[in-house]
Amino acid sequence: MQVPAHVEYEKAASVAHALDLLARYGPEARVLAGGHSLIPMMKLRLAQPETLIDINGLTELSYITVAGGELRIGALTRHAELLASAPAGENFAILHDAERVIADPVVRNWGTVGGSLCQADPSEDLSATFAALKATMVIRDPDGSRTVPAREFHTGPYETVVAPHEMLTEIRIPIRPGGGSAYEKVGRRVGDWPVGAAGAAIWLAGDTIADAGIGLTAVGARQFAAPEAEDFLHGAPATQESFARAGQIAAEHCRPSSDQRGPAEYKRHLASELTMRALRRAWRRAQDGDA
Amino acid sequence: MSGAYGPLPRKEDARFIRGRGLFVDDITLPGMLYGAILRSPLAHARIVSIDPAAARAHPRVEAVLTGEELAELGLAWMPTLSQDTQAVLATDKVRFQGQEIAFVVAQDRYSARDALELIHVEYEPLPVVVDAERALEPGAPVIRDDLPGKADNHIFDWEAGDKAATDAVFATADVVVSQDMLYPRSHPAPLETCGIVADMDRVSGRLTVWSTSQAPHAHRTIYALVAGIPEHKIRVISPDIGGGFGNKVPIYPGYICAIAGAMTTGRPVKWVEDRSENLMSTSFARDYHMHGEIAATAGGRVLALRARVLADHGSFNATAQPTKYPAGFFHIFTGSYDLRAAHCSVTAVYTNKAPGGVAYSCSFRVTEAVFLVERMMDLLARELGMDPADLRMKNLLRPEQFPYTCPTGWQYDSGDYPRALALAMDMAGYPELRREQAARRERGEYMGIGISFFTEGVGAGPRSHMDILGLGMADGVSLRVHPTGTAVLGVSCQTQGQGHETTFAQIVAHELGMSPGDIDVVHGDTDRTPFGLGTYGSRSTPVSGAAAAMVARKVRERARAVASAMLEVSPDDLEWAAGRWQVRGDPAQAAGIAEIAMAAHSALELPDGVEGHLDAEVVYNPPNLTFPFGAYICVTDVDPGTGQVTVRRFIAVDDCGVRINPMIVEGQVHGGLADGIGMALMQVIAFDAEGNCLGGSFMDYLLPTSVECPSWELGQTVTPSPHHPIGAKGVGESATVGSPAAIVNSVLDALAPFGVRHADMPLTPANVWSAIQGRRLRTDLAFP
Amino acid sequence: MPDMQITVTVNGSPFTREVEPRLLLIHFLRDDLGLTGSHWGCDTSNCGACVVWLDEIPVKSCTVLAAMADGRRVLTVEGLERRGRLDPVQEAFARCHGLQCGFCTPGMMLTARWLLDHHPDPSPAEIREALSGQVCRCTGYENIVRSVQWAASYEAGLDGKAGAPAGEATQ
Repeated sequence: MQVPAHVEYEKAASVAHALDLLARYGPEARVLAGGHSLIPMMKLRLAQPETLIDINGLTELSYITVAGGELRIGALTRHAELLASAPAGENFAILHDAERVIADPVVRNWGTVGGSLCQADPSEDLSATFAALKATMVIRDPDGSRTVPAREFHTGPYETVVAPHEMLTEIRIPIRPGGGSAYEKVGRRVGDWPVGAAGAAIWLAGDTIADAGIGLTAVGARQFAAPEAEDFLHGAPATQESFARAGQIAAEHCRPSSDQRGPAEYKRHLASELTMRALRRAWRRAQDGDA
Repeated sequence: MSGAYGPLPRKEDARFIRGRGLFVDDITLPGMLYGAILRSPLAHARIVSIDPAAARAHPRVEAVLTGEELAELGLAWMPTLSQDTQAVLATDKVRFQGQEIAFVVAQDRYSARDALELIHVEYEPLPVVVDAERALEPGAPVIRDDLPGKADNHIFDWEAGDKAATDAVFATADVVVSQDMLYPRSHPAPLETCGIVADMDRVSGRLTVWSTSQAPHAHRTIYALVAGIPEHKIRVISPDIGGGFGNKVPIYPGYICAIAGAMTTGRPVKWVEDRSENLMSTSFARDYHMHGEIAATAGGRVLALRARVLADHGSFNATAQPTKYPAGFFHIFTGSYDLRAAHCSVTAVYTNKAPGGVAYSCSFRVTEAVFLVERMMDLLARELGMDPADLRMKNLLRPEQFPYTCPTGWQYDSGDYPRALALAMDMAGYPELRREQAARRERGEYMGIGISFFTEGVGAGPRSHMDILGLGMADGVSLRVHPTGTAVLGVSCQTQGQGHETTFAQIVAHELGMSPGDIDVVHGDTDRTPFGLGTYGSRSTPVSGAAAAMVARKVRERARAVASAMLEVSPDDLEWAAGRWQVRGDPAQAAGIAEIAMAAHSALELPDGVEGHLDAEVVYNPPNLTFPFGAYICVTDVDPGTGQVTVRRFIAVDDCGVRINPMIVEGQVHGGLADGIGMALMQVIAFDAEGNCLGGSFMDYLLPTSVECPSWELGQTVTPSPHHPIGAKGVGESATVGSPAAIVNSVLDALAPFGVRHADMPLTPANVWSAIQGRRLRTDLAFP
Repeated sequence: MPDMQITVTVNGSPFTREVEPRLLLIHFLRDDLGLTGSHWGCDTSNCGACVVWLDEIPVKSCTVLAAMADGRRVLTVEGLERRGRLDPVQEAFARCHGLQCGFCTPGMMLTARWLLDHHPDPSPAEIREALSGQVCRCTGYENIVRSVQWAASYEAGLDGKAGAPAGEATQ
């Protein structure tokens, strides 16, 4: 098995301590949470940080709560915890849909929500999920914190707005009644990265779509989102035709590339097909009051 | 079940469930060092220079070997199992991505890995060819310029069958269907990677090697030939092996490097490859580009088969099969049908890829052969508008036709094929499935039903026409019954999970009226076991299993002589009944093996010509292969919106002759069926135009999990092999051989309404969806 | 790099060692502590041969640093047997032919043990889902599922609840 290069190690005792260590060790230091994004990259020596700052002891960053009209998820929350969380699933079924298809059950035990988001793989599922939900990221630095919309969180493949001296600490999702959400993913096999995936959240006003959020991953959608398709859906009738059209618009605006998972043409089709299916399922849940 | 045959729980499990197996990487010797291999990032390049100085200067590095050092030991190149040579550490050129360049020996595995980065290699890139067809075109880059006078990439041509007769049948047949199909490059990927601990004792000159070898004795002989160490001073030990599937048959450069490292440093050297090395450099499987043709009457009588194959062997010809069969047993592509004529030709070619080709439970290319004929049968059925089950039933060999010599010369020993297919159809509820399919199609839902009927040829093989590197494929076995009546059976074959410690004990117990618990099976250590060619090609039960039965019978006959002396009767007055030699007509006068063993070791006076003790040895030369067969039916559901395939059901009826341990037989079938899902739906080692291997990790070389596999539905028929001492045929590879065609036929059956005629494995969602759109994807090459 | 000291409680006993920060937990268990029952089979956290429990949760120990286990508890296959008695999961795998080469088995058993501790009556689909991150190349998973079912039935019987008696696992 491949093994990492030499690295130094510090264990953070608090969030403040972690930020202090990040400042001290500079840009070649990396936060180590579950490690299930970072350590594989270190083993392949694609990532060679000089120092790891282990934050696994910071239980204060591991929570899922409803407060202030928001669902708030601590960045150190393990994928398995989010999947098992009643408040998460009751408010946003998409969170459970997505977590169910992220990696595998054992990896989910230790990998974290924050770790996946900060690795920022262009095929990462939670990025699309939080884009669909129009979530907000809370980023802390030694002087305080700032919030960044999920749709401005990524700056490129494997790059986010989190600066070397900062740490993602929380994800917030505004809770609005009467909505429904869903996630649809195609992989070559269980546990595979998506060939294409779409997340949708929808709020109805009678038979009309009041608001919609669409997130896409693995298909080169800007900021993992499909704003043009969302604009189309605002005020549109909540019908199969609308969902199909939204899918087509979402597909038009993404830029998938061909690789071993499939040709670009297929991925573009998935963007359309899965957006439509996610919207349809989200709509049914909204109707049933299932979130 | 009679005697000792039956679903006995396994004796070997006691250690595995406690985590007390002993695998190569579990071994630690005093002073042991760790090896790591530097591998080429390029697929084809001249080596301008290799500078290991910085690596040698690493404080925890003991040695760095390059091709130069190995050349001084005569070890830079080694013979392959196919009369070619293969570089151990590259000297002139690299010929595939991942090829071995240098070997670091360090005090710990992490430092060995670090030191690889301190070796500086300068390459001069050369044009790459990874497309087998292009490799044969004039002007293609010549890969094997190390071979004197070599000016192209052609390796060999081979053919079997009667071309003229076959062409004549095709010329006048009512119906001819032809199809190109690819059996893509895949890899056995056992869960344990390949590895070795080599220990050279400089004082005694003894080399001891623990390695992941499916054929320890053959390896020992090859090491003697290659390394110039006297064979009686070499001990090869295969400890527990975490899966083999043919991947652990060859000798790999890493093994030679570890031995050279042990010789150079005077300390034991361990080398265990990582997963990317395993996938990128060890023996791959398949990569057969096939063109099949089938000729039939308008009424559905199959007349003849023709096949042309382009075989991609990678950059060295290192396939492992009996010498006279460079394309393995591919010419069993005649399948399970009564044909008038058949002819196949195989052209093998070098490409800038890793060497190998015969692996992954292929029974020496029977996987490729079965896939071809079973796809052709389905294509013919579609052409004729016939149900594929009906077409097969109409053409299957009948029991009275056995022993049957097929048009390419194989003599199938026994079988009742129609009964097996009928049983599978019954288990599947075939007519109901077809009705369900029709109903679903009306609703725009797509399910498929696919059949594969296969005949295997395993148990290589008779000395008269089978050898590997000149070593005959007869297996030795030894049996010693101790004075107090327990026994030790030494076998030459090498289990990698097949349960030999249990099944072989059952064979001997059955013959001698003993309890399997009183028989210890010793294997894997060339110092403690007789010579034999190892375990692959499902040969253990057909060859070593036969040997075990024969040696037990030899002991039983010796026991008769001793019993006659004990009971003071003539040997002719004794009959074997209820596990004892008893006096005919006076069963109270009897002796079992335990008492006889004590008597054989005692001072009892024995007749002239009868030696003491109760030991025997046998070398079993099989008179023929054995021919397990089966009927498989697969039901799939396809989502046309995404191309995703779900395997809903899989029915497998196997006939492997007499079943020594049905529990173990079923386990072997279960495992092979999962292989089918892998190959049919997700596994491929693909390459891009630069020769980059795109299947170099388990992120891209996907293996089926518990979720993709349905609950397998197994059935059986039993037609004993007429020439095998206990009528057993072997089963280790049957399911891997038979299942891919059933799954592929099923998916293509589901896609029939879309007019999809054929699509190549793996049938990934992208591939299936593209096929529905009328676009056939090339699955093994990623060219822009 | 200067080594660091860690203390990890493995199968109930504390072990204090000097390790490099980059040392993977699987190598710590196998090479430093000689607990070779846990295996490794890939480079990319896919195969699951390395599954152990970390603070009572199954993790892929090839993707965890030994340093991350400092102050925590680890359970390996060697810890399943207690005072000479096999865990029902171990018994089950042997009875139901849930293993062939034995290489994936420790990881499979540890995940099965966790599953039964939290879901004592899993359906076949739930069992398959729970094991979906771990690869077996030999068994085709059928008998692994049956093994887990057998252990579940056995433990249900011990608890006096209704369920199949020990013996042949049902489909």
